[in-house]
Amino acid sequence: MSSSTLGLRGGTAPPPSRNAAAAVDPQIDRIVRTPEFQQLVAERTRFGVILTILMLVVYFGFIGLIAFDKSLMAVKVGGGTASLGLFLGVFVILFAFALTGIYVARANTRFDALSAALKRSVGQ
Amino acid sequence: MNRILLGLTLATITACAAYAAGPDLGAVTQSATNWPAIGMFLFFVLMTLGITYKAAKGTKSAADFYAAGGGISAGTNALAIAGDYMSAASFLGISGLVYTSGFDGLIYSTGFLVGWPIVLFLIAERLRNLGKFTFADVASFRLDQTSIRIISAVGTLVVVAFYLIAQMVGAGKLIQLLFGLPYLYAVIIVGVLMIVYVAFGGMKATTWVQVIKACLLLGGATFMAGAVLFKYGFNPEALFAASVQVHPKGDAIMAPGGLVSNPIEAISLGVGLMFGTAGLPHILMRFFTVSDAQAARKSVFYATGLIGYFYILTFIIGFGGIALLMSDPSYFKLGAAGTFDKLKDMIGGTNMVAVNLANAVGGPYFLGFISAVAFATILAVVAGLTLAGASAVSHDLYAQVIARGRTTEKHEVNLSKISAVVIGIVAIYLGYVFENQNVAFMVGLAFAVAASCNFPVLAMSILWRGTTTWGALAGGLVGLISAVGMVVLSKAVWVVTFGNAAAIFPYDNPALFSMPLAFVTIWAVSSLDNSRRAQRERAAFEAQFVRSETGIGAVGAHAH
Repeated sequence: MSSSTLGLRGGTAPPPSRNAAAAVDPQIDRIVRTPEFQQLVAERTRFGVILTILMLVVYFGFIGLIAFDKSLMAVKVGGGTASLGLFLGVFVILFAFALTGIYVARANTRFDALSAALKRSVGQ
Repeated sequence: MNRILLGLTLATITACAAYAAGPDLGAVTQSATNWPAIGMFLFFVLMTLGITYKAAKGTKSAADFYAAGGGISAGTNALAIAGDYMSAASFLGISGLVYTSGFDGLIYSTGFLVGWPIVLFLIAERLRNLGKFTFADVASFRLDQTSIRIISAVGTLVVVAFYLIAQMVGAGKLIQLLFGLPYLYAVIIVGVLMIVYVAFGGMKATTWVQVIKACLLLGGATFMAGAVLFKYGFNPEALFAASVQVHPKGDAIMAPGGLVSNPIEAISLGVGLMFGTAGLPHILMRFFTVSDAQAARKSVFYATGLIGYFYILTFIIGFGGIALLMSDPSYFKLGAAGTFDKLKDMIGGTNMVAVNLANAVGGPYFLGFISAVAFATILAVVAGLTLAGASAVSHDLYAQVIARGRTTEKHEVNLSKISAVVIGIVAIYLGYVFENQNVAFMVGLAFAVAASCNFPVLAMSILWRGTTTWGALAGGLVGLISAVGMVVLSKAVWVVTFGNAAAIFPYDNPALFSMPLAFVTIWAVSSLDNSRRAQRERAAFEAQFVRSETGIGAVGAHAH
């Protein structure tokens, strides 16, 4: 890994400015205006927001069912002992794991490719 | 000097172990099984001290001390994150909850897990791209160093303090029970060992202690759950059917019980667990130990899998406890005529379900192993908390607020080591003072403060252009004060601890109210703030945004 980037905020010796972002960098403007950057941010933000909402809906849906419809959660599945609530609880756990997997798969391919294209186009 | 201190620690532990073997133990029924536990625990301590010694030799710079040089791999970091999260409370507490109430235990497990996707989608990569050692580095990236470091450090120390008290008291009681050591001795052993790990080995030792413990705990829990399922032909349905047969609540254990009686309470608990995870300082620190955003992202994915797997194991272990222990009187304190209450009379209390089950499925040596792992778990978690607290003191409060950036790296790290020693001593003292207090609400309070102070400040400073220093400062303070205030006025403290007749705040969990309050305050105050500084801070968002989204300019793996 490169250690050349260390200088930006490296060490605790007094930096020229105590606020890293205070230094105005003309390159920032250039990066923000590239289509690659705008696409990366738009796609990733949308994807992150959709997955976050899915997680919130599933989890608070589960909690809501427990709070408002206990009898539904007690319904037996397939005539056995295990209840619907138990299956839903395990489903919430698997769902959370699956969501992180989906995000990572998408990030490893699509977002990293966009990010690499951006770095090429701004000459990093 | 390091060698001498390590030697002294060993001597202390050996002396304590010898003490445990003394005549004091006569009356305790577990005395016959104590030796394997103590032996295995000593082995764990020796191994971790060896790692600490090696880590201490390799820890030279501040980057080594706070962030293990940024050289931890995604897989290792995932184990360390999972280790931080799988505390003794979740292992013993949740399996105990499943034992008494069945399904209700699953509500806690899901709540603790669902915070991780949120961490991944909103925080992890941006945190790695912007930060260096603490989450305050990120929150103060474009805002005023002094104010934001102070509010972040205060948020960190409050979370660490409540979490530590709960762990120390839990450790003392657990070790008293498992090893037959006096409470104070147990608290001192935990305190001294965590000081040694953190002060000498820094993040490297803290990470590897956590990783070893995570492997031991996952291995032990897997064996136990496997042994339980084996007895029922690997058919969970048969296990559930057997459990319903012997449990006093019968079939009711398969359905939601009394844990969630009030919808507002349930949602508030959920909000606290979900967003608190994204504000726990000792967890957030771990994202700076990997080389880049890709590794940070992968570590959350693996960690979510490990933690989810662990919670499913605790669920099986809880049911195994019902099916295999409930009809065996040897695990209970028997009353007159040999009768016992299956839910109340378990030897050591229902938190000991997993430990007693270890004996039932694996005999005394496996019991010793699980006891040693439970002790190791507490040690590893308190070490991570201590490091987070020490970093807030040295890196945020001292280097940036007091010395205003005019200090040397060596000086800062030394101060961090001293802070670790002080935090350790304070933790021993608090563990001693709180021995007979009700500390059950404290982990919940730590999560509530993390969700209401740390998380809003961090999320708003990264994600919203309009955030200003005044807004973040006011919002963080409002979140902190309201979360703590509401808990103090709730039943757990106002009625149980202070002895008042009725609670002023009607719910046990404040996050549903305190977290939105913090966000609204940050938004409102920032919007009203039109100072020159506020304009500068909004203008600086662009540069922060580019770095947080792309990693261009981020601190890489540190050179050695």
